[in-house]
Amino acid sequence: MLIQALAFYLFAIILVASAGMVIAARNPVHSVLFLILGFFNSAGLFVLLGAEFVGMILVIVYVGAVAVLFLFVVMMLDISFSDLRKGAMQYVPVGLLIACVLFAELFLVYGAWSFVPGVEQNIAVATADFEGVSNAEVIGRVLYTDYFLPFQLAGLVLFVAMIGAIVLTLRVRPGVRKQIVSEQQKRKREDVLEVVKVTSGTGV
Amino acid sequence: MMDTIMEFLAHSYTQWGLWTLLYTLLIVVGVLIAVAYYTYAERKVMGAMQRRQGPMTVGPLGLLQPIADGLKLFSKETIIPSGAHRVVFLLAPMMLFALSLIAWAVIPFDKGWVLANVNVGILYLFAVSSMTVYGVIMAGWASNSRYAFLGGLRSASQMVSYEVSMGLIIVCVLLCTGSLNLQEIVLADRPLWVQILLFPMFIVFLVSILAETNRAPFDLPEGESEITGGFMVEYSAMAFALFFLGEYSAMILMSAMTTTLFLGGWLPPFGLEFFAFVPGIIWFALKTALIMFVFLWARATLPRFRYDQLMRLGWKVFLPFTLFWVVLTAGLLVTFDALP
Repeated sequence: MLIQALAFYLFAIILVASAGMVIAARNPVHSVLFLILGFFNSAGLFVLLGAEFVGMILVIVYVGAVAVLFLFVVMMLDISFSDLRKGAMQYVPVGLLIACVLFAELFLVYGAWSFVPGVEQNIAVATADFEGVSNAEVIGRVLYTDYFLPFQLAGLVLFVAMIGAIVLTLRVRPGVRKQIVSEQQKRKREDVLEVVKVTSGTGV
Repeated sequence: MMDTIMEFLAHSYTQWGLWTLLYTLLIVVGVLIAVAYYTYAERKVMGAMQRRQGPMTVGPLGLLQPIADGLKLFSKETIIPSGAHRVVFLLAPMMLFALSLIAWAVIPFDKGWVLANVNVGILYLFAVSSMTVYGVIMAGWASNSRYAFLGGLRSASQMVSYEVSMGLIIVCVLLCTGSLNLQEIVLADRPLWVQILLFPMFIVFLVSILAETNRAPFDLPEGESEITGGFMVEYSAMAFALFFLGEYSAMILMSAMTTTLFLGGWLPPFGLEFFAFVPGIIWFALKTALIMFVFLWARATLPRFRYDQLMRLGWKVFLPFTLFWVVLTAGLLVTFDALP
């Protein structure tokens, strides 16, 4: 128990500190690297909770793919972040407001959990008869058996969004030469090559 | 005094801790020795394929060559370019090296011979191998050099592209075995038709791990003929050695992963029972060495891909093919009622 508590505080402290550094770091690439550290530590917290599947998926999806693209974009961008920072202070009240709302919502959720007796039954419905099954199996059952249709619909919505993003950024550029492998494979020697016997002194 | 020490040693937590420490040390030392002699094997194998002798002078048959190389790199001076981002520059090789070692924690070398028998072993392996890209991309950025930066960018896009199809291949295997635990994947019952079904995926996986570890013919991030050595261009001495160790360790790791997923891990080949007297770890090592040989074979035979060819292969060939194969595998398993 002691080791678990120590690990929790370690992960939590690093998580909060790196989250702070994401907005405090002067160099945007450093910000992204701190963001990755944050993802990693939250994955550690999930593993501590016994949700090892969620933890690993967090690392694979967010650290392995999403943050790589962030880093990619930030490294390629050539903007002066000190210029961007100049007007940032005027947004502080909005940020504080959002923080307050989020805090209040979290407070209400946890408050309901501790003080209202009915809430625990709601949780019990979601975790009905999953004793002794690994959490990957539980997630699979909930997503693909119990809530199959909503899950597929959510997938469809994401798919439409993906197609939308492609359509919006697609531009047809005339005059760009493309490699078409099938055409290259179809080329025969007879079509392109001619063997000519040349006698000396005559030319082709 | 003696009593307290004995009591401390007898405590179950202490014993567990000491055992874990010993096992970790064994794995790390084993992997490092394997890496050292893998570089030797690479030079010998490529020498044989190109009708040369390979290293011959240091020690009998040149067997001490890797040690001499290591000592040389130790004694050199680490140069940090003046424009480099010092912390990230030094962090990158360390991270790459550490990542290539921590993945070994979940690899089962024999029945029950595994440091951490976690439920999601395969996901852990996949997560760690997908993180190695940060070592490369950080090195490329922190070097503050055009060549290194191009190498880092190439590596990032290459690894992300090939991870997608690798993930789908792993899904195929998981559908047939029904578990995320590596030991259970090895022990799972695989009828002949399932093995035939998985064979194309094995081939695609072999090609994908070449791209994932930045090895020839997909070694564009290094690409010495166009970007002079890519992300490693500014590194010297031990920092360079860490990259080198990390790369070779990742190759051995990927071979071990292929062995575990497709070749039946520590079990005797083709289910031959009379080979069972040979310890499982020997079978595991032999099968891993076979895949490691494929890495060297490919390097000695194939010319480097062009970058657009690499991307085309990843996104337009492997991704649709593996996606189709996932659907096919799932469909066949459901039809024949063979889901585990």
